[in-house]
Amino acid sequence: MSLQKKRFRYLGESLIEGNIKITAILAIIAVFLIFLFIMRESLPIFFSQEVMQEITFGKLFHGIEWQPVSDNPRFSMWPIILGSLKVTMIALVFAVPAAIGAALYSSEFAGPRLKEFIKPVVELLAGIPSVVLGFFALIIMASFLKSIFGWTYRLNAVNAGIALGFAVIPAIYSLAEDAINAVPRSFREAALGLGATPWQTATKVVLPAALPGVSAAVLFGMGRAVGETMVVLMAAGNAPLFSFNPLESTRTMTATIAAELGEVVFGGGHYHALFFIGLALFLVTFVINTVSWVLFDGLMNRLYGAKK
Amino acid sequence: MTKKIIITAALVLVAVMAGLSQAGRGITLKGSDTMLLLGQRWAEIYMQKNPGAVIQVTGGGSGVGIAALINGSTEICMASRSMRDSEKQKLRERYFNLGHEIPVAKDGVTLYLNEKNQISELTLDQIKDIYTGNTTNWSQLGGPDAKIIVYGRENSSGTYVFFREVAMKNADYTSSMQSLPGTAAVVNAVAKDVYGIGYGGSAYAKGVKEVAIKTAKGSFKPTTETVKSGQYPLARNLFWYLRAKPSGEMKKLVDWVLSPEGQEIVKKVGYFTIK
Repeated sequence: MSLQKKRFRYLGESLIEGNIKITAILAIIAVFLIFLFIMRESLPIFFSQEVMQEITFGKLFHGIEWQPVSDNPRFSMWPIILGSLKVTMIALVFAVPAAIGAALYSSEFAGPRLKEFIKPVVELLAGIPSVVLGFFALIIMASFLKSIFGWTYRLNAVNAGIALGFAVIPAIYSLAEDAINAVPRSFREAALGLGATPWQTATKVVLPAALPGVSAAVLFGMGRAVGETMVVLMAAGNAPLFSFNPLESTRTMTATIAAELGEVVFGGGHYHALFFIGLALFLVTFVINTVSWVLFDGLMNRLYGAKK
Repeated sequence: MTKKIIITAALVLVAVMAGLSQAGRGITLKGSDTMLLLGQRWAEIYMQKNPGAVIQVTGGGSGVGIAALINGSTEICMASRSMRDSEKQKLRERYFNLGHEIPVAKDGVTLYLNEKNQISELTLDQIKDIYTGNTTNWSQLGGPDAKIIVYGRENSSGTYVFFREVAMKNADYTSSMQSLPGTAAVVNAVAKDVYGIGYGGSAYAKGVKEVAIKTAKGSFKPTTETVKSGQYPLARNLFWYLRAKPSGEMKKLVDWVLSPEGQEIVKKVGYFTIK
């Protein structure tokens, strides 16, 4: 290749490289700007005299009623915080055993052809739009569960939690499978060589070795579940009750924002309260995701030694 | 010489294009989801009858439509509630005008019950007690011993606000009311829930029982007569809001909508005529 041609290729490559770099930086800037925007819209609760007549930081945690459209508006976040926690926990109780079981099976027990089949199919589940899952839960699953168990409320936290579980199974499965696959072959060979059965190898050696990664997967799924909106908006019934009963209807933080932001008075107390909920959600998922990645990194270090 | 011709041609082209883009902008209708179906049907038939007329219809909710009217992104706003004073003020700040209100149809907000429910009429007080949470069991209303499952709309809905003001006399909804996204979702929930109750526009009442409202003068279901005469207590006007008195193309549309032909479509969609 002539020198000129080579130089031309280098130029082309460096242009492409520069482009990719700019795109990556733009993505980071975008996230940062979104964060700034949410901050700006929620901070008046602390500083603006005008807004503080309607709503203050204290009011967001006072009492147990979320009743923003009223002659005497009440903005307690407790019922919707509890709602988010309740639905997330139910989703995890349902999704974690299923996802980790599937991950363990497909990486330890399934033959290569079956494995090639399971992985894409579970990941296909991630492609189902959450509005479709929500619709399914609202129209079909709610009636089905009610007819079996005879619950008083058709739309309740369990119904939403199960639907939400379907939405997070692929995320947990995918990460957990990566973690289990990352356990070196030598671990398994050693265990089998010492006379352990495949089941003992999987549950007593491989799974404990991959535990930090599996916990990361669970946390990652939890972050997804906390932030998921459409499924709970449609399937949970959205009553802002302060109740620990999973069979009652419930309202989450995400559903509250989605349902109410459409028609709040721009710049009013209710508007800023919704942005504060958004900020709280952002911080919670940010912390959960960070912990999840730290755990995953820790696993890689433990299995393969410190990073090069 | 040739230069002149080219310049003239270019100018003519620009003028024609400007004219076309003016004509192409047409009239936009935006706002209430309750009125979306009605607006679309009106636009469809009006455009058929007047080739060349362009009308765009979008939903989003009454408040969204009013905001669009204020910031200039729609010519006509559809609203299932009247404009608030604060909104009128904003309109005046920008256009020195309080806006122009045209009632275009009537609606009766209907209470839905499951078809298996033996109750078929309620008084306004009973309805208020159900929605404020004072009445929680059907046995208190002469029905079976079962919990009342209360369904309603999200607080961004015009119907939510109307129902709270008129049926509940500004009292607060009970926290155990399940708020569902859209009237269709409420109807669906009540159709599947034997002990459910919900509310919404009468045009949506398919597969559920419409409750007759008992007043001093008798029990009334929302029909053309009871809504028009005001005997049905939860009747409301559906509005179009404009920034100023209509003129030209806009006036033609408004006149047509209020004409017998336009009002015939109101009946077909399931609402009630204004006159």
